[in-house]
Amino acid sequence: MKRVTAIIRPERMEAVKDALFNNGVHGMTVSQVNGCGNQHGWKEYYRGTEVLLNMVPKVKIEVVVHEEQADAVVDVMIASARTGEVGDGKIFVSPVDEVIRIRTGERGDGAI
Amino acid sequence: MDGGTSAFMMVAAMLVLLMTPGLAFFYGGLSRRKNVGNTMCMVMVVIGIVAVTWTAVGWSLAYGGDGDNPVFGGFDQLMLFGNVEALLIEAEAPGEALYPSLVDVAFQMAFCMITCAIITGGVAGRMKFGAVCAFLTVWAVVVYPPLAHMVWGGEGSLIGDQIGALDFAGGDVVHISSGLTALVLCILCGRRKGFGIMGYRPHNVPFVALGAALLWFGWFGFNAGSAFAPDGVAALALVNTVCASGAAVISWMAVERILVKKPTLVGGCTGLVAGLVVITPAAGFVEPWAAVVMGLAVSPVCYAAISHAKRAFGYDDALDAFGCHCVGGVLGGVLTGIFCVPELSWTEAGGLIYTGDFSLLGSQILGIVVTIVFVGVLDLVLGLILKACFKGSLRVSDEAEALGLDVSEHGESAYPAYVGLD
Repeated sequence: MKRVTAIIRPERMEAVKDALFNNGVHGMTVSQVNGCGNQHGWKEYYRGTEVLLNMVPKVKIEVVVHEEQADAVVDVMIASARTGEVGDGKIFVSPVDEVIRIRTGERGDGAI
Repeated sequence: MDGGTSAFMMVAAMLVLLMTPGLAFFYGGLSRRKNVGNTMCMVMVVIGIVAVTWTAVGWSLAYGGDGDNPVFGGFDQLMLFGNVEALLIEAEAPGEALYPSLVDVAFQMAFCMITCAIITGGVAGRMKFGAVCAFLTVWAVVVYPPLAHMVWGGEGSLIGDQIGALDFAGGDVVHISSGLTALVLCILCGRRKGFGIMGYRPHNVPFVALGAALLWFGWFGFNAGSAFAPDGVAALALVNTVCASGAAVISWMAVERILVKKPTLVGGCTGLVAGLVVITPAAGFVEPWAAVVMGLAVSPVCYAAISHAKRAFGYDDALDAFGCHCVGGVLGGVLTGIFCVPELSWTEAGGLIYTGDFSLLGSQILGIVVTIVFVGVLDLVLGLILKACFKGSLRVSDEAEALGLDVSEHGESAYPAYVGLD
């Protein structure tokens, strides 16, 4: 089992979510996050005073999928999240030791 | 007594009273998330402080006595004591008012409240709450009532009569005095940690707009009510108030569009308030076209004070009480000397453009200088005494400041709700 974590632009969230649903992923965890990287933030002005915003808001999507599904999920995420500009985000893939469905106590691939 | 006039003045008093909680939202939105409760609480506690001090001492010091003293009223109406009968019947002052003095007690109390509340904007984010309460209690007794008497005390009063300066609704009394006091206090407190390094952002822009809306609405009572009768002058003050504030919204946004490329909501709301400030001393004295000119002029001046002078001199006027109210009030007072219609003036002098005579302009400037000296000196004395009383520092500890004043001063988080945690 693999966990695929994507940190994406907030405005691409709906597109990525729909693409994942259409490609056999039925559960995900979404969180609002802030971070910095190559995008370097932007400037805002309040009453003429410059404010640098270098923590850029992003959305983090985490899904856990079967081993053989992982590559396809990554491709779907890339296709739906990419704009080609700096700041499109990153995808991380990592192994998952165990998955447990709390309601039934079921373990492993069947619990996904 | 006239029922219509009494009703008008009571409604005006209520509108001015609404401005203080309105200001709490304006300041609350501009403050940081961790300080919003403290910022709003400093404004709300003023309602309590001034309701008591004004009844006990303030009214008597400002409008009591026999009117002979040029600097303050008298001590004959302390606690409004033994005076109910007189207060219920028609007022003797100002002019031939047709309403009970008691209405004027409330109306003037509301002015004192909003003045004290504006001061808190300068010290947001670091001043001890107890020190704020102590300072404002003394200020509302020692500074505001004598100043109100000097400007509005009628015959013999120092600024209004002897100097002959015009102040329709409180440019000197309310805005210059509060803005200047905010500057003195913010210098005595020192800058917030990270000032000039960290970006301080308004945490809730819609709150700023809500507060500006309430201030705008209340200000019609503030300016029109200062005619003390539902007459043509009140109508003129009302129209001028709309004209100046509207023009200032446009000019503030235009300045932003030119200098930083994008007009903002916070900027538009700040312009609205600056426009209200600038027309306050002139509301019943100038023609509507002049109100538009004054509104257009005030935003660039206040913008320069807030974005450039503050940085150049390095004082941390957190929510720009000085840059908006004192600077806007001074400009309004000076422009009154230029645009005042001679027939509407309370003195024999008219505005420069109508009479070609500099005497009113000179009186206006002298009145402003006297206000600044009187308030500035008293503020400094009171502030230094207070600092000594509070163990040499008016500000909270560094740890408390980092934690936020909501928790450190009040033990109360403004936004405690994380999903599932309450």
